[in-house]
Amino acid sequence: MFKEYDPIEDKMFNIIDDKGVVVNKKWMPKLSDEQIVKAYKDMLFARTADLQIVSYQRQGRIYTYPPNYGQEAIAGAVGAIMRDEDWLVPAFREMGAYLAKGVTLKEIFLYFMGYEDGSLFKGAKNILPMSVPIASQYLHAAGIGYEIKYNKKDQVVYAFVGDGGTSEGDFHEALNFAGVWNVPVVFIVQNNQYGISTPFKVQTASKNIAIKSVAYGIEGIKVDGNDYFAMYAAVENVTKLAKEGKGPFLIEAVTYRKGAHTTSDDPTKYRTKEEEEDWDKKDPLDRLRAFLIAKKLWTVKEEEKLVSQYKKEVDRQFEEAENYPAYPLDDAFQFLYEEMPDDLKKQKFEHEKFLQWKETRK
Amino acid sequence: MEGDKKMKIMNMVNALNDAFDIELKDDKNVVIYGEDVGVEGGVFRVTEGLQKKYGKERVFDSPLAESAIVGTAVGMAAAGLRPVVEMQFSGFAYPAFNQIISHAARMRNRSRGRYQTPIVIRMPYGGGINALEHHSESMEAIYGHMPGVKVVIPSTPHDAKGLMISAIESNDTVIFMEPKRIYRAIKQEVSEDKFSIPIGKANVISSGTDITVVAYGSMVREVQKAMVLAKEAGISVELIDLRSIYPIDRDTIAASVKKTGRIVTVTESPKSFGVASEITQIVNEEAFLNLEAPPARVTGFDTIVPLPKGEHHYLISPEKIFYEIEKTVKY
Ligand SMILES: Cc1ncc(C[n+]2csc(CCOP(=O)(O)OP(=O)(O)O)c2C)c(N)n1
Repeated sequence: MFKEYDPIEDKMFNIIDDKGVVVNKKWMPKLSDEQIVKAYKDMLFARTADLQIVSYQRQGRIYTYPPNYGQEAIAGAVGAIMRDEDWLVPAFREMGAYLAKGVTLKEIFLYFMGYEDGSLFKGAKNILPMSVPIASQYLHAAGIGYEIKYNKKDQVVYAFVGDGGTSEGDFHEALNFAGVWNVPVVFIVQNNQYGISTPFKVQTASKNIAIKSVAYGIEGIKVDGNDYFAMYAAVENVTKLAKEGKGPFLIEAVTYRKGAHTTSDDPTKYRTKEEEEDWDKKDPLDRLRAFLIAKKLWTVKEEEKLVSQYKKEVDRQFEEAENYPAYPLDDAFQFLYEEMPDDLKKQKFEHEKFLQWKETRK
Repeated sequence: MEGDKKMKIMNMVNALNDAFDIELKDDKNVVIYGEDVGVEGGVFRVTEGLQKKYGKERVFDSPLAESAIVGTAVGMAAAGLRPVVEMQFSGFAYPAFNQIISHAARMRNRSRGRYQTPIVIRMPYGGGINALEHHSESMEAIYGHMPGVKVVIPSTPHDAKGLMISAIESNDTVIFMEPKRIYRAIKQEVSEDKFSIPIGKANVISSGTDITVVAYGSMVREVQKAMVLAKEAGISVELIDLRSIYPIDRDTIAASVKKTGRIVTVTESPKSFGVASEITQIVNEEAFLNLEAPPARVTGFDTIVPLPKGEHHYLISPEKIFYEIEKTVKY
C-alpha cells in the first residue's frame, strides 16, 4: 500500500469516486452489506447531531463548538475498526470516534455546555479527554504506545490532530519518538484544509502531510478522507501491521471542514463560495449514500425517516444535558490533587464564608 | 500626554489596532505575525485591516507553532526588526516558553549588550467569556517572575494604545497581556494622534483616603463597581491601576498606603505566588509602620479556571472585592 501510494509522488489513496462508484477494486475492504449500512447510519447520526448542535448554539443553549460537518468518514472508519481495548487519543473534531468508543452525546453536550463532567466518558474504555492545546496529545499517544509495547498488550492507539497541528513541534517530536520506539500508534491527521483561517499552504511547504513520515523513518499514506472505504482500508491495513509490531503509521486524511472552525468563526472572511461548492461534490455522506443506493441497500425515504428519528434522539440527550444539576463549587477543587492541600481547603472555606456573608446582605 | 486632540470613540480592539497602524507607518522595521492575524485580522480582530494596508510581508499569518513564532521573532529582533507577535490565547503561549525565558529574556545579557530583542508578545488573557478550557487563565505572575521581560496589562482603550506604542518602541521584550473580557466592553474617547504611556508607572485612577485598592486589566472595572458599594458604606477608596506588572511601580503603591494605611490587591490569577503577594511585600518593605490592617488580596483560587458552567465560582465579583475592602477597613 505504501509503495503503491507513495507520498513522495503525492499519490492519494481512494476507492470510490465522487459518485460513489468503486474505482479501485483491489483495495475494496471486505465488508458485509450490514457493516456498510451501519457505517452509513453512524455517520448520518454524527452529522445529524453535529448540525443540531450548531443550531443549539445559535439559540444560545450551548457555548463554542467545533463542527465536524464534512469530516465524518474519518472518525467513522476509525470508529468501526477501533476495539474497546484500543486507545483513542482525540483532538476535538472526531465525534464519530468518541461515539464508537461509547462516549454519549449527552457527555459531549455537557462538555460544550461547560461542565467538567463532560470529560467523564463513563461508558468508554481507554480514551483520553479532548485536547485543546493543539498537537500536544500526539506525544501522549506515543507514551501510551510505549506502555502497550512494554507490557506486551494487544492494543493499538489512534491519535487525532488537524493539519494546523502538524506545524507544532509536538507533532514532529511524537512521530520521532514513536518511530524510535517502534510503537503501535496510528497517527491520523484530518487535513481539512484550514486551521481556523489559515490555509494548508501557509502551514507547510510540503506537498502533503503524509510525506512527513519519511523523515521519521515510518510509513505514511495520503488517503481521501471523504471516501469511507479508502479510510477503512487504510486504517484496517495499518492496524494489522501495528499489531504485528511494524511500528507507528501516519495517515493523512484529506477532507474539508464544511462548517465554520467553531461557532464563533466566519469562514466567508477567508474562503470562497466556489471552493466550498467544489468540495460539496466530494461530501463523504453523499458518496457513500450513492454507493448504497446503487446497490439497492438504501433509499432516500428511509433516510428521511431515520434523520427525524435521530433528531429526536439528539434532542432527548440534549435536554437531559440541559437538565444536568448545577455545577457545585466542589467541582472546581476536587480533582486537582489526590488529596486537597490544606491551603486549598482554606481557600474554599474562605470563599464559602464570603458566600454566607453575601446571603445575609440580601 | 496627548498631543493636539483629534479624539475618536474606541474600544480596546480599535485602540490597539490604531497603535499598530501608527507604528507600522512610522517604522519600517515593525512586522506583525502570528496565527490567523493576517487575512482574518486575528480571532478577536485586533489586527484587522492591517495586512490590506501594509502588505503580506509586514502583517502575516504564520504556521500554527508558538515556539516558532517567538523563536523566529528573537532572530528577527537580534537582526534589527521589531516583531509584534501574537499568541492566540495566553493559555497557548506555553509551547513558546523556552524561547521567551531562555532567549528573548536573555539575549541582551548573554551577548553583553550586543544584541537586543525588541519584541512585543501579545496575548489575550483572563476569564469571563464562557470559553473552552485553556482560554480563561491569568498567568501574568509567571512572566513577572521571569528576569529580562517587561509585563504590561492595560485596563482601558486609551491605556492600551499608549502602552502598546511604548511596548513596540521599547528595546526590551514586552509581554503584552490583553484583557479579552473588556476588549469591546469599554468605549471611550482616545486621541488619534501618536502618544505613549510609560511602562513601569502605575496610574492613580481615583484618589481616596480610607483604603488603597490595586488592580490591573479587567479587574479595574470590577473594582470600580465595588467602589459604588464602598461609597454607600462611607468608605473612600484610592484606586491604583498597576498598568505594568514588571517593572512594578513601588513608589506609587507606597505613597498611597502611607496615606491610607490599608491595601487590598485584586487579581484574577491564582492566589499563591502572585502579583498580590509581591505587592504585599512591597508594602511591608515601604510602609510597614503605616499599616492599620494586614494587606489583603482578592484573587482567583489555586485551581484551574472552571469551565463556563462553574466559572462564576472562580470569577471575582464586585461584592467579593467590597467584602474584602470592608473587612480590611473594619479590621
Ligand atoms: C497550542 C495551541 N495554539 C493555538 C490554539 C488555538 N486554536 C484552536 S484550533 C486552532 C486551529 C487548529 O487547526 P487544525 O490543527 O488544522 O485543526 P482543525 O481545527 O482544523 O480541526 C487554533 C490555532 C490552540 N488551541 N492550541
